[in-house]
Amino acid sequence: MAEPRIIVVGAGPSGARAAEALVMAGIRPIVIDEGRRDGGQIFRRQPDNFTRPYAKLYGTEAGRAKALHDSFDALKDQIDYRPETLVWNIAGGQVWTASGNVQETLPYDALILCTGATDRLMPVKGWNLAGTYSLGGSQVALKSQAVSIGHEVVFMGSGPLLYLVASQYVEAGAKVAAVLDSSPKGARIKALPDLMAQPLMLWNGIKLTGALKRARVPVHHQITPVEIVGDADAGVSGVRFRSASGAERTIHCDAVAVGYHLRPETQLADLARCEFAFDPGTRQWLPKRDADGRASVQGVYLAGDGAKILGAKSAEASGRLAALAAISDLGLPVDGGAMTALRRDVAGHAKFARGLASAFPWPAHQAAALPDKAIVCRCEAISAGDLRSVMRETGAVEANRAKAFSRVGMGRCQGRYCGLAAAEIIAVEAKIPVEQVGRLRGQAPVKPLPIAIGDEEA
Amino acid sequence: MSGRFVRLGETERPPVTLHVDGQPVTALEGDTLMVALLSAGGTLRQSEFGDGRRAGFCLMGACQDCWVWTESGDRLRACSTLAEPSQRILTSQPEATWPNLG
Repeated sequence: MAEPRIIVVGAGPSGARAAEALVMAGIRPIVIDEGRRDGGQIFRRQPDNFTRPYAKLYGTEAGRAKALHDSFDALKDQIDYRPETLVWNIAGGQVWTASGNVQETLPYDALILCTGATDRLMPVKGWNLAGTYSLGGSQVALKSQAVSIGHEVVFMGSGPLLYLVASQYVEAGAKVAAVLDSSPKGARIKALPDLMAQPLMLWNGIKLTGALKRARVPVHHQITPVEIVGDADAGVSGVRFRSASGAERTIHCDAVAVGYHLRPETQLADLARCEFAFDPGTRQWLPKRDADGRASVQGVYLAGDGAKILGAKSAEASGRLAALAAISDLGLPVDGGAMTALRRDVAGHAKFARGLASAFPWPAHQAAALPDKAIVCRCEAISAGDLRSVMRETGAVEANRAKAFSRVGMGRCQGRYCGLAAAEIIAVEAKIPVEQVGRLRGQAPVKPLPIAIGDEEA
Repeated sequence: MSGRFVRLGETERPPVTLHVDGQPVTALEGDTLMVALLSAGGTLRQSEFGDGRRAGFCLMGACQDCWVWTESGDRLRACSTLAEPSQRILTSQPEATWPNLG
């Protein structure tokens, strides 16, 4: 039998480790990644001519970041690595790629999707103003370009990234005007038993809040976002919020980083026709997979945060595990003991991730309170009121039908940043559970392509 | 407003001068177009849906809120395109041209 063709999509923690496991088994995989350099978002690498050391870029995770980058660097001669390349469709056992103006189709025997995550967003009035960024985006600005997103930055939302990025900004010398945490305090105490599954990671999280305190950054807990205020031309000038006591306050700033933990990028799994199931813990639809990462479609494997938000450490293990599963399914020998150890590793992280999800819950209730004037779809400036009135006029309560009538989710981000919130708004308006609203179907191309695209010249 | 973004380090890099809407803008080698433009100004583009100026959102190629154009009409994602000295960038879409009708 000729060497099987295995394609790995993504070169973050799970993709890089999947590629490594394949090379160790004597296979030369194709590794396709949108980034200019490997590392994904969490271990994103700065441009070649930047000089900040690992400790400064990745803090407590510097050792793991370096190990991942070094391992991938060592693989380069043994893999077919295609950076700055988008997989925009999967159909008929082939992936469709675009890089610059060049398009290719590549058949595969096994496909390992390590597509990573983006920020999970709940709209707030004014989030369309210039100077509002996703929390992850604010971290990318610092990590890969050594800039702050503004002169005075407010960090708002919930999730482990909130305190991490705020403290990274303080350490880099940026001015942090405030941290506004929307998560209920009791939730964190309730989540402690699960968080204790990774005591070191829990301790690192606690240390971050101490660092912010020492820097005298005001931290407000249990807040409710009211509005990002500002001017349509000049952008953000402040954030209005309700404090735990119910009083409204405004904090002056020229930039806001906002996010509520993460959501997996599942469009490619959808195009590959994987089955999805509703996950009540995160109120998201996730592609189904077995303990080793096998999707419902033969030959397709899912790993890392692109399948479910379990963190970078878990992603390294699930990437390796998915690769071993693929190798074994192709009838090649694998080390069964290694697979057992990886399964145990992945399970340990699942407990911690469950703790994080319950400590920093998705603020579904904010959707009901979202004023009609607040924009839900940033791409096309469609408001909550527009969505609600379309529902009343047409009776559309299913996600894709409501999208067809209102255009919410049809813009150029394809629902990445409005889809989850729109589903909550529809559920409240229709008085049905959010799982009955369903999920937005993935559409090819998963991101806009240049118009002048053509086939690769032979 | 001078620049929206604030440089916090890595400022020893050689300068790169590109043109934005016909005006020279000095950036640093290794800057993305987004950082080049927002270190010099407040916004990147006009929302096509009437709600004002935009300055990008996700910085990881997912939201498509940072589109700018070259003078020849190519669309660029400012967060994932490096600034280069020869670039002539437009912050509004150039008029569509149809070569077959020329």
